[in-house]
Amino acid sequence: MSETLPRDAAAGTIRDPDFEDDVLVRVDNLVKHFPVKAGGLISRTVGQVQAVDGVSLQIGRGQTVGLVGETGCGKSTLARCIAGLIPVTSGKVTFEGQDITNLSRRAMRPYRREIQMIFQDPYGSLNPRRRVGAIIGDPFTIHRTATGAERKKAVQELMERVGLNPEHYNRFPAEFSGGQRQRIGVARALALRPKLIICDEPVSALDVSIQAQVLNLLADLQADFGLSYLFIAHDLSVVQHVSSAVVVMYLGRVAEQGQKDQVYTSPRHPYSAALLSAAPAADPEAAAARHRIILTGDVPSPINPPSGCRFHPRCPKAQELCSQQDPALENKAGDPPTHLTACHFPVQADEDLARVGRREPR
Amino acid sequence: MSVTELEFQAQQVETAPEQAILGRSQWQLTWRRLLHDKMAVASFIVILIIALLAILAPVVAGLLGHGPYQAFSGKGLSADGLPVAPGTNGFILGTDYIGRDLLVRILYGARISLFVGLTTTAMATVAGVLVGLVAGYYGGWVDTVLARFIDAVLAFPFIVLALALAAIYGSSLLIVIGVITFFAWAGISRIVRGQTLSLKEKEYIEAARSLGAGPWRIMIIDILPNLMGPVLVLATLYIPTAIVVEATLSFLGIGIPAPTASWGVILSEAQQFYQVSWWYVVFPAAALLITTLAFNLLGDGIRDAMDPRTERLFAGSKRRKRRARKTAAAEPGALPPLTVSELGE
Repeated sequence: MSETLPRDAAAGTIRDPDFEDDVLVRVDNLVKHFPVKAGGLISRTVGQVQAVDGVSLQIGRGQTVGLVGETGCGKSTLARCIAGLIPVTSGKVTFEGQDITNLSRRAMRPYRREIQMIFQDPYGSLNPRRRVGAIIGDPFTIHRTATGAERKKAVQELMERVGLNPEHYNRFPAEFSGGQRQRIGVARALALRPKLIICDEPVSALDVSIQAQVLNLLADLQADFGLSYLFIAHDLSVVQHVSSAVVVMYLGRVAEQGQKDQVYTSPRHPYSAALLSAAPAADPEAAAARHRIILTGDVPSPINPPSGCRFHPRCPKAQELCSQQDPALENKAGDPPTHLTACHFPVQADEDLARVGRREPR
Repeated sequence: MSVTELEFQAQQVETAPEQAILGRSQWQLTWRRLLHDKMAVASFIVILIIALLAILAPVVAGLLGHGPYQAFSGKGLSADGLPVAPGTNGFILGTDYIGRDLLVRILYGARISLFVGLTTTAMATVAGVLVGLVAGYYGGWVDTVLARFIDAVLAFPFIVLALALAAIYGSSLLIVIGVITFFAWAGISRIVRGQTLSLKEKEYIEAARSLGAGPWRIMIIDILPNLMGPVLVLATLYIPTAIVVEATLSFLGIGIPAPTASWGVILSEAQQFYQVSWWYVVFPAAALLITTLAFNLLGDGIRDAMDPRTERLFAGSKRRKRRARKTAAAEPGALPPLTVSELGE
């Protein structure tokens, strides 16, 4: 997917009023802070984990948006906010033009049918005490769309669609392999024919050969049902394979976003560049030729994030300005309009970050 | 076996109809393991016999011609006015201090014990599971209030409450059941709450929420089945406790009122006669011991069957010990090798 959309620099999002119909989900300046409590009987809040701190993005119809970033950067929290599983601190989630931020459980109910999730752990996401038929049939029962024989038929059709043997209707999750279990999770998410499926690292717990099968299944389902995916992963090659657009997150903020090729071939944010340079390459020649950008230090605590640009203590290009002023997510000179970067000193095309002398963290 | 035979067999396995493999539930597996536990099966049979005797108590009374309250001052008492020994004048287990048939009274006592044990455990389990689920699932201030209440109940001395209630309302079966239930639910609640706290963090709970399931559906459909194991074990172990507490309260005179045949009441009456009439103490005490032991062993068996990794108390221990001794004798100073069961079956 390579349609180029004019941007709205003020809001920091890729958006075009003419193309609003093509946008399924829009997230505006989403903030999710978790209070840190101390004290026993009477607890008081001593700090905030700034898990997601002002994220804006949008997911087009039939599009797959890849969300990448290190562990703890807020990817999963963002996903749960969009799915309405946890309340949002501030900001807005819009689904097909309807504001679905912080709806009550009852008000959220119709949107549950439209937004579904696939979880990371194929063992933890299926109740070990319940039969597979009951697990996949849950969406029908909860939304009262099918009962009895009708429900069983629908479940068996779903099982067949995701590549499971419908005869295994009465088995328990423990009797399936990891890949099969993930298919069960896919079938459950698919049951209500949602428009958006949020995939929270759906293949990271699987063997590489099984990963490919599940990814292909997801691609087939997208083609058949016109699904949109928000695809969260830390495996950059997986994201490159499935996504049309990519969002790179760092410590609760968007570092860079754009169409897949834009981010992958010419990353502008030093963090994206470092992330991409660290991804293992299957081709030994390419692996030998690449220059890895080694970041020092750990991801800072989201309870007390660095001032200015959140990446500055680890950034090879950081300057005085970076620690003082928070860079806006904006289109940089020479980039296509959909490519946005939050950096004061974006990486240039001919620049080799691996050779830039590291500065002392300030 | 020839190669072709092996191939043939392999083919058979491959082409076997899929329906043939039916998923075995956790309960079916537990049941199979329980049937292999001789101690548990024996305990279960003993409990069935006790229950049968309790149900048939009126029949036995009719056959012997001795009602539970019928005092035979003539043939039931010796010339000195003391209870008669077992086997005298048709009293199989002897008589009590006013010449009532001890066997019939013990059988009627079994009815009280089982009734109290089962009703209190049933009510305490329902209440305990409900409170524990709500406290654990909702968390926040709901949990704080309920958890503190549970702690308060567990810290309260039950004898004092029973004494106070008996002093105000007089002792009765209803008060006994009420007091035992009131103190039993809290223990179950605490276990259920702890389990719920850990279970609600599972991804399948989040999956259920993302499907739009409400809190009660999640608690009952998703969490409760995962709790049934520990709850069932706990309940089985609460039955004998309740039976003992009932006997204790009755013994102290604040439980079942006197003419009713309860094991505690019989033991209480027997206090003054144990030096001359041994049967008066031994038989009701034995009934109490056998019943509670059977329930406890069954509870242990269910726990072992639920969780095959736990070390078994009786099953197979002799064989294992013998094997360990043999290897230790063969290699002096060498540690006995770890057996499979010790590593976790």
